[in-house]
Amino acid sequence: MITDMPSPYQVDAHGYYGPFGGAYVPEMLYPNVEELRDNYLRITQEPEFQREFQQLLTDYVGRPTPLFLAKRLSAHYNTTIYLKREDLCHTGAHKINNTIGQILVAQRLGKKRIVAETGAGQHGVATATVCALMGLECIVYMGEIDIERQKPNVDRMRMLGAQVVPARSGSKTLKDATNEAMRHWISNPTDTHYIIGSVVGPHPYPDMVARFQAVISAETISQLLHQTGRATPDFMLACVGGGSNAAGAFYHYLDEPGVRLIAAEAAGQGVSSGHSAATTALGKPGILHGASTILMQTEDGQVTEPYSISAGLDYPGIGPQHAQLFATGRAEFLSITDRQALDASFQLSRLEGIIPALETGHALACLPLIGAKPDDVVVVCLSGRGDKDLATYTKHLEEYA
Amino acid sequence: MNRLTELFQRKTADVLNVYFTAGFPQLNDTVSILKALQDAGADLVEIGMPYSDPVADGETIQRSNQQALENGMTVATLFAQLRDIRQQGITVPILLMGYLNPVVQFGVEKFCQQCQETGVDGVILPDLPLDVYERQYRPLFAQYGLKVVFLVTPQTSAARVRQLDALADGFIYLVAAAGTTGAQTDMNADVDAYLSRTKALELQNPTLVGFGISDAASFAAASRHTTGAIIGSAFIRLLQQAPAEGRSAAITEFVHSIRS
Repeated sequence: MITDMPSPYQVDAHGYYGPFGGAYVPEMLYPNVEELRDNYLRITQEPEFQREFQQLLTDYVGRPTPLFLAKRLSAHYNTTIYLKREDLCHTGAHKINNTIGQILVAQRLGKKRIVAETGAGQHGVATATVCALMGLECIVYMGEIDIERQKPNVDRMRMLGAQVVPARSGSKTLKDATNEAMRHWISNPTDTHYIIGSVVGPHPYPDMVARFQAVISAETISQLLHQTGRATPDFMLACVGGGSNAAGAFYHYLDEPGVRLIAAEAAGQGVSSGHSAATTALGKPGILHGASTILMQTEDGQVTEPYSISAGLDYPGIGPQHAQLFATGRAEFLSITDRQALDASFQLSRLEGIIPALETGHALACLPLIGAKPDDVVVVCLSGRGDKDLATYTKHLEEYA
Repeated sequence: MNRLTELFQRKTADVLNVYFTAGFPQLNDTVSILKALQDAGADLVEIGMPYSDPVADGETIQRSNQQALENGMTVATLFAQLRDIRQQGITVPILLMGYLNPVVQFGVEKFCQQCQETGVDGVILPDLPLDVYERQYRPLFAQYGLKVVFLVTPQTSAARVRQLDALADGFIYLVAAAGTTGAQTDMNADVDAYLSRTKALELQNPTLVGFGISDAASFAAASRHTTGAIIGSAFIRLLQQAPAEGRSAAITEFVHSIRS
C-alpha cells in the first residue's frame, strides 16, 4: 500500500523535508524533473498501476519477503531480533522494489530508454533486470574504479542486455556515475527516464523512491502483528548510503515515536581516519545531485570522496529525508567501521546461516550498541545478500577461522 | 552603471562572451587571461568558479574544473585575484559562473559583497532554482548590484521562458541544443527555428547563445536571431594548447577568428 499521510518527516507541497530537499537542477533538466513531479503521484495511484506493481512484486520479485525470527542471534544479544529478508528479493536486494516501480512510471510517461547510475552494481543489475523484462533500452553508468572491483555485477548487467558505460570523470566512483547519468539525461531530455537508485536527487525522486520502498515497512507491520501480536517493534535498524532501504523500512514508522529508528552509516576505517563515509558525522548542509541535504565536503564546498569497504555505502551524501530525520533527532545515526561490519556479517553467517551484503553488515553491527532489553523487539532490514561481497569476505576468512 | 547593462545599451548585436575557468591552466593565470580577452576585443567575460561535480558541463570544462581545483583554486582565492582589476584598467563586464554549493558554503551575502567590491557585474548559477532565487536571494543580489542570468533550452516552455525573463536582469542564456557544454552543436534548421521562435517572444532581456559555439560560422549562425553568443569549451581547448609565453597572441588570434 502506498498511502498519503501528513507528517513532519514527509515531503511537503514544495518538495522539501524541513530545510532539505528541493530540486536544485540546471534548466536543462527542469522539464524532465517537472514532468515527473507533475505526474508521479497521479500515475502511481492509478488502480491499474497499483495492480501491475503489486503483481510484479508478488510474482516476479517474490514478495512478501519473510520476516524471520533469528533465534540464535536473539539469544546472543539477549533480546528478540527479526530479520526482514530483502536479501530474498529477485536480484538479491531491496533495489528491485524501486526499479519495478520506476519502470512502470517510465512506460506510462512514454519513455523508450532508461539510464541509471550504480556503485556496487546492485541497482544497475536491478535496473537492467526490469529493462529486460519490459523490453526497454538500458544504459548504466558505473565508475571506472567500481567496474574493476565489481566485475561479477558488470557481467550480470551485460548478460541482461544493458550497456555499461564507465564514468571516467572526477573520482570515477558512484558520485561521478551519478553525474554522468544526469549528463546523459540532459543530452536526451525527451525519450529517456533516469531511474535513480536511492532516495537522493531532486524532488520528486526521494519521495517516489521512498514510496516504492515503503513496501518493506508495510509488510513488516502485518508480519510482526501476526507473529508477535504487535505492529510496532521497539527498534528498526537499517544501513544508510543514500538510504533507500532505510527509507522503506522507516516509512510507516516515522510517526510512531515508540519505534526507535537506527540508521547505520559507514565509518570506513574510522570516522576521523580520513577514510570514511559517515555523512552525518563528517558532513554539513549543502547541495548535492539536485537536493539540499547533508554531505561530506571541503571548507570551500567541494564534494569529498568517501570511503567504505562496502561500495553501496560509498556515497558522500544522504537522502534529504534522512537529513531531516537526523536534524530533528527522529532517527539515530550510528557510525559503523569496516571491521564492525565484517564482524557482524560473519556472526550472522555463523549463527543463522545467512550471508548478508556488506552494507547490511553495518545495520547488523548496531545490535550490540542499541541497548535492547530482553523483552524488546528489534527488526533489522536485511537489505541484501552477500554473494557479491564474497571476494571481500574471502580475504578475511582466516581472521574468522 | 552596471557594466553589463551598459554593454547591452551600447551593443545589441554580435556580442561575444568568452568563458574560462578560474585558476586554469595555472592558479594565477586568471587576471592575465582576463586582460588578454579584453585586449582582444571580447565584449564580456564569464569566469567559471571550479566545482567538483559540474553536471551541466561536458568533458573539456570538467577537466579544466578538476585541474583548477588541483591547482588550489577556491572562491576566496578568486576574489583575492580579482581584488584590484578595476584599478588596473580592466573595464570589460565580468560574470561569475558556478554551481550553487561553493557559493552557499562561502556565504551568499558575503559572495555578493565581494562581487561588488571586486567589480563583478553578474552571476550565472545554473543549479539555483528560480523559486529559491525569487524567495531567498533576489533582494540580496539587487542590493549589491549583481545582474542575474538564467538559462533557457529548446525544451523550455514559452510560459517558463517568460517567467525566467521576468526575473533575469543580465541576459537570457540560450542553450543551443540539449546537451552539456562543449557538445558539437550542428547549427541546423532546428536550432535556427528555436532561436527565431525565442526571438518572436520579444523578451525584455538580451539573448546570448551558448553550448557548441566554437568558430566564426557557428558564432554568425547563433547571432543571426540573438544579441550574440558564448564560447567556452573551444576557448578552454585553446588555453590547454597555447604555450604560456605565446598565450596573449593566441587569444587575440582566437577572438579575431571568431569575429571574421
